[in-house]
Amino acid sequence: MTEISSPPAFTPPTRFAIPGRIAVTHQGASVWQTATLTEIRRETPRAATFRFAVPAWVGHVPGQHLQLRLTAEDGYTAQRHYSLASAPDDSGHIELTLDHVEGGEVSGWFHSEARPGDRVEVRGPVSGFFAWPGDRPALLIGAGSGVVPLMSMVRHHRARGLDVPLRLLVSARSPQELIYAREYGPETTAVFTRSAPAGMPVGRMTAAHLEPLLAEQPPGGWEAYVCGSNAFAEHATRLLVAAGQPVDRIRVERFG
Amino acid sequence: MNVTRGFTGRPRVHRPGLPPGQYDAGDDWPVLSAEVTPDLAPADWTFRVDGLVEEDRTWTWEQAHALPGSVYEGDIHCVTSWSKFGVRFGGVSVDAFLDAVRPLPSATHAVAYSHTGYTTNLPLADLTGGKAWIAFTYDGRPLAPEHGGPARLLVPHLYFWKSAKWIAGLRLLDHDEPGFWEQNGYHARGNPWEEQRYSGD
Ligand SMILES: Cc1cc2nc3c(=O)[nH]c(=O)nc-3n(C[C@H](O)[C@H](O)[C@H](O)COP(=O)(O)OP(=O)(O)OC[C@H]3O[C@@H](n4cnc5c(N)ncnc54)[C@H](O)[C@@H]3O)c2cc1C
Repeated sequence: MTEISSPPAFTPPTRFAIPGRIAVTHQGASVWQTATLTEIRRETPRAATFRFAVPAWVGHVPGQHLQLRLTAEDGYTAQRHYSLASAPDDSGHIELTLDHVEGGEVSGWFHSEARPGDRVEVRGPVSGFFAWPGDRPALLIGAGSGVVPLMSMVRHHRARGLDVPLRLLVSARSPQELIYAREYGPETTAVFTRSAPAGMPVGRMTAAHLEPLLAEQPPGGWEAYVCGSNAFAEHATRLLVAAGQPVDRIRVERFG
Repeated sequence: MNVTRGFTGRPRVHRPGLPPGQYDAGDDWPVLSAEVTPDLAPADWTFRVDGLVEEDRTWTWEQAHALPGSVYEGDIHCVTSWSKFGVRFGGVSVDAFLDAVRPLPSATHAVAYSHTGYTTNLPLADLTGGKAWIAFTYDGRPLAPEHGGPARLLVPHLYFWKSAKWIAGLRLLDHDEPGFWEQNGYHARGNPWEEQRYSGD
């Protein structure tokens, strides 16, 4: 009889770790597959949602992203990461929402060239760290296109009729630039930084926005998910930490 | 080859030193980390090397700075596709720390870990021979917290997720043990020239 013993894994003397409870598949992470664009929906003057047929998509957990690759005729490729906007379903379709980045190579192609029938390559889903399977109360905080992976969570929550508490705090420059504006329900509070509807304050997210949400701590506390530009992520995580949210219960997805 | 209709890409001059699938980020230095940027003062920073070594050792900020300084000038490459040319980091060669603890012959790999608890694995050979640093400065100034300050690991020949920010220690092992991103599907080694992005690449 042989005894197989594997040495115990090394755990550093700190609290931050991959959540063991979130089981994600990495099956799709190394295989490129063709995604066929089936629909383009305008969300705001700067952002649009792109729906793709990906028949062999292995499924994802809300919050995960994928890698997308465009190839030019001379073989040159550009690859970028995009969060999955759609909730997991078995329709063989996924949706991405892209901001039109000024001078952007990949988002520029999507916003000025892409049309239904076009094919791109994707692989994934990748990374399970920012994923939310819907099992814990979640406090979602996003700005700009940072709301994309959070919307996947909100949609998942609705599609499954989950009753675990979920709150979304979303920041946009103006109501016109608020992605998914028509879809928000009572779980969402919007913050506008440049212009707001009459009677609503204009300005950055502050501790005062977080206070009421952190005051209604659900049993077990919130799992916080912060997503957006690095500047926003730094700002929002600082507010959370100052308000008493434990650092190991804050997950951050930075768009770079 | 799966050509994307109408995609030409940005006008490009071939840039020697740019690994496949990467683009030149120019002056940008994107920040990508999954955790909250820690509030870590140099006085509270320590760096430990243990595991398969003759003698464990922990350095304070002062003690680490007493070691001979060493500079890296060159390029860095992030798995999210950007590369940054001609960067300049100042710090101490990882060799200087390893020489002090004397790795055992059985040590083949290391887990680098951060003050946040982030981990990443490396073959020991990727940390020795002048290939890796504990970096304290960028462009002559203290390393910014969001880029890993006060101190980060720097392994510029591998994708940048290997260069653990807020480095706290290295544990030497006789086997390879996947770290944070590696458990999340990323490649065990991460060589940009071979495009080792995800496990299976
Ligand atoms: C995990 C993750 C998830 C993400 N999810 C989303 C998402 O859901 N939605 C979304 O919209 N974005 C998302 N992003 C950001 C996305 O990956 C891209 O960075 C973004 O779409 C911009 O790519 P681009 O090719 O359009 O722009 P790039 O070509 O990369 O350009 C970015 C900026 O740099 C300038 N620039 C760079 N190189 C040059 C050059 N050589 N010459 C001139 N200008 C240059 C451009 O003008 C532009 O301002 C995510 C990022 C990450 C890391």
